[in-house]
Amino acid sequence: MRYLPLNDTDRNDMLARIGVGSIDDLFADIPENVRLNGLLDLPKRASEMEVERRLSTMAAKNTSAGTVPFFVGAGAYKHHVPATVDHLIQRSEFLTSYTPYQPEITQGTLQYLFEFQTQVARLTAMDVANASMYDGSTGTGEAVLMAHRVTRRKKAVLSGGLHPQYRAVVEGLSNMAGDEVVSLPADPSGTEDILSRIDDETSCVVVQSPSFYGQLIDLKPIAEKAHAHKALLIAVFTEVVSLGLIEPPGTQGADIVVGEGQSIGNGLNFGGPYVGLFATRQKYIRQMPGRLCGETVDAEGKRGFVLTLSTREQHIRRDKATSNICTNSGLCCLAFTIHMSLLGQAGLTKLARINHANAVKLKTLLAGIPGVEVLNAAYFNEFTISLPKPADDVVERLAERGILAGLPVSRLEPDNRDIANLLVVASTEVNTDEDRAAFADALKEVLA
Amino acid sequence: MSMNTQGRPTAAGEADDSFRPKTFTGNRGLDMEEPLIFEFGSLETTGVDLDEDDGVVFELGGHERKEEIGLPGLAEPEAMRHYVRLSRNNYAIDSGLYPLGSCTMKHNPRLNEKMARLPGFADIHPLQPVSSVPGALELIDELAHWLMVSTNMSAVAMSPKAGAHGELCGMMAIKAAHTAAGRDPKIVLVPESAHGTNPATAALLGYKVVSIGAKDDGTVDLDALKATAAEHSGNIAGIMLTNPNTCGLFERDIKLIADLIHAADAYFYCDGANFNAIVGKARPGDLGVDAMHINLHKTFSTPHGGGGPGSGPVVLSERLAPFAPLPFIRKTDGGLELVETASATTGGEQPFGRMTAFHGQMGMYVRALAYMMSHGSDGLRQASEDAVLNANYIRVGLQDLMSLPFGERPCMHEVLFDDSFLKDTGVTTLDFAKAMIDEGYHPMTMYFPLVVHGAMLIEPTESESRAALDLFIATMRDLVMSAGRGETDRFSGAPYLAPRRRLDETAAARKPVLKWTEPDPAEVTPAAAQ
Repeated sequence: MRYLPLNDTDRNDMLARIGVGSIDDLFADIPENVRLNGLLDLPKRASEMEVERRLSTMAAKNTSAGTVPFFVGAGAYKHHVPATVDHLIQRSEFLTSYTPYQPEITQGTLQYLFEFQTQVARLTAMDVANASMYDGSTGTGEAVLMAHRVTRRKKAVLSGGLHPQYRAVVEGLSNMAGDEVVSLPADPSGTEDILSRIDDETSCVVVQSPSFYGQLIDLKPIAEKAHAHKALLIAVFTEVVSLGLIEPPGTQGADIVVGEGQSIGNGLNFGGPYVGLFATRQKYIRQMPGRLCGETVDAEGKRGFVLTLSTREQHIRRDKATSNICTNSGLCCLAFTIHMSLLGQAGLTKLARINHANAVKLKTLLAGIPGVEVLNAAYFNEFTISLPKPADDVVERLAERGILAGLPVSRLEPDNRDIANLLVVASTEVNTDEDRAAFADALKEVLA
Repeated sequence: MSMNTQGRPTAAGEADDSFRPKTFTGNRGLDMEEPLIFEFGSLETTGVDLDEDDGVVFELGGHERKEEIGLPGLAEPEAMRHYVRLSRNNYAIDSGLYPLGSCTMKHNPRLNEKMARLPGFADIHPLQPVSSVPGALELIDELAHWLMVSTNMSAVAMSPKAGAHGELCGMMAIKAAHTAAGRDPKIVLVPESAHGTNPATAALLGYKVVSIGAKDDGTVDLDALKATAAEHSGNIAGIMLTNPNTCGLFERDIKLIADLIHAADAYFYCDGANFNAIVGKARPGDLGVDAMHINLHKTFSTPHGGGGPGSGPVVLSERLAPFAPLPFIRKTDGGLELVETASATTGGEQPFGRMTAFHGQMGMYVRALAYMMSHGSDGLRQASEDAVLNANYIRVGLQDLMSLPFGERPCMHEVLFDDSFLKDTGVTTLDFAKAMIDEGYHPMTMYFPLVVHGAMLIEPTESESRAALDLFIATMRDLVMSAGRGETDRFSGAPYLAPRRRLDETAAARKPVLKWTEPDPAEVTPAAAQ
C-alpha cells in the first residue's frame, strides 16, 4: 500500500523485537467474539489512477458554478479567489500542522491567527475576534449560548430575516438545552416589528444584515432597545464582502457579531468547510467560545504568539467550559487571511462596490420583466424577487436552460405558502453582463 | 586554503564554534523574522486587480460604511513572501515525526487534495438545484456506506463539522430518543480519562456529568460503574466512553459495559477519536455502541490544517437512526433524495433538528473517501495494524528507561508513559517535551490523559518507517539518560534552537492582547523604530 512505509520484513522483525508471535497478539484485548477475522465487506485497495478515475466520474455529474450563469447565494457565495491563496494554503507547513499547542514551533499558524483576529475585528468594528468557528451557522448557535451566559437569561429573539438554517441550528441547540427561542415569521422586506418583542427576559436578539432575503437592516434602534432591557444584540451576516461597503455592526451597537467568512478565500465546496467569524466587546472576552490567539514574549524577550485564555476551553475546564468546541477552521481561516491581505481595504472596497453594482444591474433587468416584483429597497449583492408562480419550478426550468438562478425560498421553508413564489438571487463580481442578460431573457421566457 | 581561479575560497575554513553573529535584521540565515501585515502593508496597496464599477447608482438606503476599515493590502509578491516565511516557522507532518497522542498525525496524501479541488466538488453551491448535483449526493452516500460498513452501524449523520460537533450530534440524538420514549434522565457518565470535549458536550445539553474512575490497569472500573449505575438508576441518559481509551488501551470489558448501560435504559456514546487503531479489526456496532463520531481528520487523514477544518460524521445504531439530524440522503428506487426539511420526512424519520447550515464538510468527505478507496478493506486493516505495531515498537524501545503506568502490556495505536522516570531529575514533562523540539521532533501529547501524573502520550501512526522509529527511540533514550545524568540545562531552558524560546503564556492570559493596534508614537523609541 503506497502510504505505508513498513514492509513485511520490517513487520516480522518488529514483532520479534516486541516479543509477540503475530500482529493479532497485539490486539488480544479485543474480545475474541467481536474480533474481525476476515476483511471488511468493502472493495480492496485502489491505485491512485483508479481512485482519480472513479471520483472524477462522480464530480463530472455535477454542474459546477463556474460553467454557467450563476446567481445562487443565500449564505454561500461564488467569488473569485486569487491563485496565490490556494497555493499558499497547500504549503506543507500549514496544511499538515496541528493546532499550535507548541508555540515555539508553530509561530506560522499563530501569527496568521493573530492577523486574522485583527482583520475580523477591524472589518466588524468590534474590539476582539476569536480564531474562527466552524461556520456562520454554528457560530450563531454559540453566540446565543454566550449571550445566555453573559445575561444569565434564557430567551433568544430571532429576526425573521435570519437564514432559516441558522435559525434551525439555534432552535435545535436551544430546545435541547431547555432555552427559549422566539422566532419571528419570514421577513423578506425588513419590515418586521422586532422591537416590541424585546423585554426584560430577553437575553439576546439575533438580527441578520444583509438579511437572508438581502435586505439591509438598521441595527441601531434594535441595539438601543436591547440595551435598554439589558439584552445583547447579536448581529449576523452571511456575506462578509458586504462589510467593504456597508456600515459595520460594531458601530451600530452590536454586542456579538457572527458571520460566515466563506466569500473571502474559500470556495463553495457544496457547503463546507467554511469559516465562522466571531467578534465581541472587550468586556465579554472571558465568555467567548473558541480559540483565541494572543501576543506575548519569549524567554529572550522576542515577540511571539500563543493560544490564550484557554481556561475557558473544554480541555481545561471540561464540563464548566464556555463551549465544547475544540477545533477551529484553521486552513479556511488562513485562506481568508491571505485573500484579505491581498485585497486590503482598497481592494475590498472596490470588490464590494462591484458586487453591489452588479446586483443593481441585475435588479434593474429583472424588475423590468412582467410579473416580477423586487422586494428590497436597500440591499448589497443579493435581493429577493416575487414571481407570478412557484419559484422552485421556475428555478428547475431555468436550470434546464443552463442557468442556475437563485434559491427558491420554499426549499428551506416548504410549509410557508406565502413565500412559495419568492426567489433569492445574488450577483457577484463573477457575473458578466452577458450572464445577467441570459438570466433575464430565460426568466422572461419561463414566465411567459 | 584552496581557492578557485577567481580567488574565491572553496574550503570551509576554520570555524569558531562559539561565535554567533548578532545580525542586524534579527534573522538567522534561513530563520527569518517576519513582521505582521499591519506593520508593513499599505492601505493604498491591493494585490487583486479589479475593474472599476461603472457608475451605477447605489441602492444602499443610507447604510454606507463611513469609517476606514484599516486593512492594509499586499501586492502579490509581498503576500507570497510573507506567508511563505510564516509557514517556515511551523512544524508539520511533512517535515517530521509528529507523535501527538490522540491526535493521529498521519500522512496526508496529495491525491486527496487534488480530488477535493475538482470543480465538480469544489465549485458547487449547497443550495443549487439538487438535480444539478447528483454526483455530490453519490459521493456523500458512498462515503456513508464505507463508514457504516467499517463500523457495522445502521445510519450515519454526516453533517457535524468536527469531532466535538459530532459528540454534540450523537448526544442530541440520544436526548431526542429519551424524549420520544417519554423519559428525561439527567445524568451522563464520563470516565476520568475522557477528552475534555465529552463532559463539555454533556454539560452543554444540560446533563449532569458523573465521573467514573479507572482501575489500576487504566481501563474503566466496572465495579465502580455498576455501583454508580445502581445509585442513579432510572436517571442515566448514557455513557461517553472512548475506545480504545485515551491511555491507548482497548477496554476489554466493553461488551459488559454496553450491556450494563443498555440494561439501565441508557445509550452508549463512543468517542471515536481512536477508531484508527481498530479499523478492520473490530466494528463498534459489534461492541454495543449506539453512537460514535468519526474524526475524518484523524482516522481518514484529512489534513489537520493547523487546527481545522475537521469533520465528524456520527454513526448511529438502529435505535438511534430515526433521530438523525437534517439533512440526510434517502435511498429510493428512483435514486438518491436529499432530505433537508422536517416536512420532507416520512415514516419513522424523526430528525432532532439540524447541526449546521447546508450539508457538512463536503471538502473533507471527498478527501476521506479518496483515502478509504485508496486503502480498501485490506489497506485499512493494514494501516491499523501498522499503527499498533509502530506504537508497540516504541513501547518496547523505551519501556526499560521510561515508565509505563500500567505495566508492560501491549498498547493499541499509542503508548502512554508517566513522569516517574523523571523523579528527582529536576526535569518536568514539559521540559522534556521542549527538549525534543531541539532534537527536531514535535513533542508528544503532554499532561493528558489526566489519570496519570505528567502524562506523555506517544502516537507514531502507521506513516512512520522503521528507520524513523529507530531514530526517534534512540533520541528519546539519549534524552532520558541525559536527564538521569542531571544535565538539566538541556531541558530547563529548552527549546534553544526553535524559531522562539519558551513563550510566556501567563503574561498572555493576564493581559490579553488579541489584535494588533497602532503603537503610540510617543512610546516608539528611535531604537525600536529601526
